Amino acid sequence: MKKFINNNDDFLKESLTGFGKAHSDIINVNLDPSFVSRKNKTKDGKVSLISGGGSGHEPMHGGFVGHGMLDAACPGFVFSAPTPDQMQAAAEHVDSGAGVLFIVKNYSGDIMNFEMGAEMYSGKNDSIITNDDVAVEDSTFTIGRRGVAATVLVEKIVGSLAEHSGTLEECKKLGEKVNKNAGTMGVAFTSCTVPAAGKPTFDIGDDEMEFGVGIHGEPGRKREKIQPSKTIVGNILEAILDNLKPEKNEKNLLFVNGMGGTPLTELYLVYEDACQILQSKGIQVTKSLVGNYCTSLEMQGASITLLKCDDEILKHWDAPVHTAAMRWGM
Amino acid sequence: MSVSFLISQAKSVQKVIDENSAEIEVLDQKIGDGDHIFNIQRGLKLVVELEDAIKDLPLAKALNMIAMKVLSGIGGSSGALFGTFFMTMAKSSDLDKDVDFNKACEMIISGIKAMKERGKADVGEKTMMDVLLPVSEKLNELKNESEFKPGLNEVIKIAEERMLSTKDMLATKGRASFLGERAKGHIDPGARSSQLIIDTICKSVINN
Repeated sequence: MKKFINNNDDFLKESLTGFGKAHSDIINVNLDPSFVSRKNKTKDGKVSLISGGGSGHEPMHGGFVGHGMLDAACPGFVFSAPTPDQMQAAAEHVDSGAGVLFIVKNYSGDIMNFEMGAEMYSGKNDSIITNDDVAVEDSTFTIGRRGVAATVLVEKIVGSLAEHSGTLEECKKLGEKVNKNAGTMGVAFTSCTVPAAGKPTFDIGDDEMEFGVGIHGEPGRKREKIQPSKTIVGNILEAILDNLKPEKNEKNLLFVNGMGGTPLTELYLVYEDACQILQSKGIQVTKSLVGNYCTSLEMQGASITLLKCDDEILKHWDAPVHTAAMRWGM
Repeated sequence: MSVSFLISQAKSVQKVIDENSAEIEVLDQKIGDGDHIFNIQRGLKLVVELEDAIKDLPLAKALNMIAMKVLSGIGGSSGALFGTFFMTMAKSSDLDKDVDFNKACEMIISGIKAMKERGKADVGEKTMMDVLLPVSEKLNELKNESEFKPGLNEVIKIAEERMLSTKDMLATKGRASFLGERAKGHIDPGARSSQLIIDTICKSVINN
């Protein structure tokens, strides 16, 4: 394992401390229990949005704390759900009287810990669960699909509604709509290495890719030989379109997300391939996002998310945002 | 059950888990995301380190401190589930009186029941509950017997059989559930670590 690391026990604390110093104009980092919160207190009467999850997906979620997005984020150990005391402390810190909405990715550990955090918190709160990964078949026999990159879009769009005086109920409803309108699928070329493990999570040949990979290096739909970008992108989009079934006149946001180890040059190439394929099918792309937003440590690979947008979603997507990892309009 | 019993069991379990950590890590990497063993090891280390803080405390207080440490120090599914287990044990009544075998069984049974409710998982879903629920049922049969040591040998056997039975299961809960058929052929890492914990504690009770 080659990483910038001093010792494993301090890995997360040192990284969080650095994150706090680098973005001290936007956020504060609290340790023991760990949470990232806005530098300026949430204004009175604004619904507070709190997300969180295992670390290793940076900039998600700490990088999305700030005006127009989250009020706080709770980072767990690498790829491990955060603990209930973190959510409780973050909620107590940011709640300004309008209630707290927890945004949780659909993993057993995250759901259990957020549930316990919500039970321990005495103020008004509710939760939404994201589950946009179409690589996993949704059936009544599983806990459902994984929550992956569309969580970023949910946080941005609901963040804007909360900033514009949306109530807790309205924020939850919009978040659920965005989640339902989004589909994601990812491909990995290499594994990632969890610092505590010291070696790659899975073995993969030089000429192989994991199709439908999860954001923790979990296996996906199948292991395949590597193919030209157009073929890979075409297969990903086919799975997403099968699931979302967008109408021809519908507007869409196309999000190409890097897993951490793929350069932007390749991500833009993926974006171009995806645009061409969608255009050939008569599907409109009106908004875009390209970059490393929901990563898996140093994994090489990318995911594509398509979000069907109505006017409400478009308005809140365009609204100003000022966080460490996303900034426009201000 | 006493505070010194809890501390000595935590130390023995820590040793056994450390000895088997490589195997559990590989199991989790096959069907999960590889964090389970680190979470269990971190939790055990934190509990063992509590020794000085809890050794002179009443049982209920010590259990509560263990619960809070596990809940806030581990994370992931294991932290929530084992934290729930100890929290429920700490809430048992009459902990200021002598906790005999019968009472200890009842505490463990109620702890496992709370874990089941928290995780919303049942037998047959390829999780640690495949080991813990049958063990809990067996303890319920055993708890009133005056000679319980032979029964604990059966608990050891049940835990092992149920752990092995997860190998051919499809997962419907936990992170392995995302894999469908690909999860078959691998023992569930949570079932393996739970079985090792039960095995260690039962053997220690039998030999004392």
